[in-house]
Amino acid sequence: MDVKNMREYLGWLYYQYLLVTGIYVLEPWEKSIFNAVLVTMVAMVIYTSYVFVPIHVRLALQFFSGLCGGQHESTMTLMNWGGPIISSHHPATN
Amino acid sequence: MTESSTSKLLNGDSCHRTANGKKAARNGFVKNHCLFQQQQQLQKYRRTKEKSQHVSRNAALYNKPFVESFEETPLLVAVLTYMGYGILTIFGYLRDFLRQWKIEKCHIAREREEQKDFVPLYQDFENFYTRNLYMRIRDNWNRPICSVPGARMDLVERVTHDYNWTFEHTGRVIKDVINMGSYNYLGFAENIGTCSDAATKATLQYGVGVNSTRHEMGNLDKHVELENLVARFLGVEASMAFGMGFATNSMNIPALTGKGCLILSDELNHASLVLGARLSGSTIRVFKHNNMQSLEKLLRDAIVHGQPRTHRPWKKILILVEGIYSMEGSIVRLPEVIALKKKYKAYLYLDEAHSIGALGPRARGVVDYFGLDPRDVDIMMGTFTKSFGAAGGYIGGKKELIDYLRTHSHSAVYATSISPPVAQQIITSMKCIMGEDGTNLGRDRLRQLAENTTYFRRRLQESGFIIYGNEDSPVVPLMLYMPAKIGAFGREMLKRNIGTVVVGFPATPIIESRARLCVSAAHTREMLDTALNAISEVGDLLQLKYSRHRRPSPLEEAALFLESQE
Repeated sequence: MDVKNMREYLGWLYYQYLLVTGIYVLEPWEKSIFNAVLVTMVAMVIYTSYVFVPIHVRLALQFFSGLCGGQHESTMTLMNWGGPIISSHHPATN
Repeated sequence: MTESSTSKLLNGDSCHRTANGKKAARNGFVKNHCLFQQQQQLQKYRRTKEKSQHVSRNAALYNKPFVESFEETPLLVAVLTYMGYGILTIFGYLRDFLRQWKIEKCHIAREREEQKDFVPLYQDFENFYTRNLYMRIRDNWNRPICSVPGARMDLVERVTHDYNWTFEHTGRVIKDVINMGSYNYLGFAENIGTCSDAATKATLQYGVGVNSTRHEMGNLDKHVELENLVARFLGVEASMAFGMGFATNSMNIPALTGKGCLILSDELNHASLVLGARLSGSTIRVFKHNNMQSLEKLLRDAIVHGQPRTHRPWKKILILVEGIYSMEGSIVRLPEVIALKKKYKAYLYLDEAHSIGALGPRARGVVDYFGLDPRDVDIMMGTFTKSFGAAGGYIGGKKELIDYLRTHSHSAVYATSISPPVAQQIITSMKCIMGEDGTNLGRDRLRQLAENTTYFRRRLQESGFIIYGNEDSPVVPLMLYMPAKIGAFGREMLKRNIGTVVVGFPATPIIESRARLCVSAAHTREMLDTALNAISEVGDLLQLKYSRHRRPSPLEEAALFLESQE
């Protein structure tokens, strides 16, 4: 019963997609062309994100954590010694 | 500055009219639509109060509230509509490419081989649109009707095997389709009753053809009787009747104005008015739809600057407006137009094609609806097609005007006059509306139409659709916006046995496609309920309920009303 409702709901969603994009008025072969192109583009987007997003996220985290970590160190030294202004050393000291 | 002097003059002119305690508004009415929506969103339940604040700056001219609403297109819907049209255009180019390279057979008109080097005939956007967008949903239009188009009608069933290029009749008939598309406002489109009996008798007496123009041998005593009756109905001195409503406009405006005259025409005027204005050769200037400030500015500029190069005064200034604009459902602001016309000494041509017989307590049209004097309107034009169930048009006005038109109008001199059974149908239905046939049928029908209009509009707005137009107009445009939904709406409504008219480009702006529903006095409450349920169902199926105004339910409205009484 739930499967039937689900199927009906998916059918209705597909109908909405047909209406909003305007594909509803086209002939079946045109619909197939459009769906194929759209599915191809979505597949390419998913593949690209699967391959490249983790690497980019990791690099970004490294950059930002390195920046913040380095700054914290220099302010801590300033506060501890409190004397002449010590220029903050470059964060990438490892 | 302009507005205050105008309102002083207008208030002076209209001091005989009782202004029933309406406060002069602080804001202009024209820009008020945005304000109206903002107010509604801020104070969601203050509907009763808002109605009384919803007046124009010339409030004293109106004897009842003038409530129009044209809700703005939601931004997401507009973006998606453009996207839909973009995708369909790309596919249109693809199909044109296939046709050009003969990969696909071309069903539509194209130039012959010898003409290929000449200026192309079918390359403009209109033809592109027809080939690639209109043809795909063409089964919603030109549906053959095989019974009288009353409240219910029979349609011939058609199928197409090559995607709407050709149709075949299956031989079956779809019976008792509820008719929400015919302009049958008072329900006179019927084949039983006094009107059709009288028309049959007239056919037996006179035949059907007139076989001549009005000038030569086509002037029957029926026409004289008809014209006297129309003049009495409208409250004017004389009138003249023509065989075709479109021809009335397009053939008579050239007789009235010419070179050296100025025509001020509304933005959304009908094609017949535009054609007549262009044929006349006068200068045409367009003012924004129903916008009195725009009209006044044009009038002042015209009088101050005169004709374009010579600065001579214009020979005549003619203002062209319609009573009800059928694509918007809006009613013209006649009191203000008449005040402006009197102040600047212009002439007014009022086209009451949809409003005659449908508005006003005595069905005399928009002049009666506002309670004005018919002598203020110089040329009252109308058609018999809509409320009278016949065909043809008329022009009413002063006797000199009509005598002039009898000799100088193209339609009078060259076109055939009205056929006798049609003239008899008009005479009988008009007498019925005026109450002179001794029954109450006219009065009952008028009341039924007003009730149906109010009920139908209220229910549709409560369901959450975007409806354009004035609250009293029997024409109800329901917004669809997306191109695929135009075809889907028409087909789904027909599946539920309701016939509707859907309209898209070029009759409307490209993203504002709509379904135009016409309420009729022949619709009973059950029929309207069936139609409303079906429309609501289709609206849920197609996701058409775009409106962002939430109307309070009747219980909440009653609570508000009691609260405002204290």
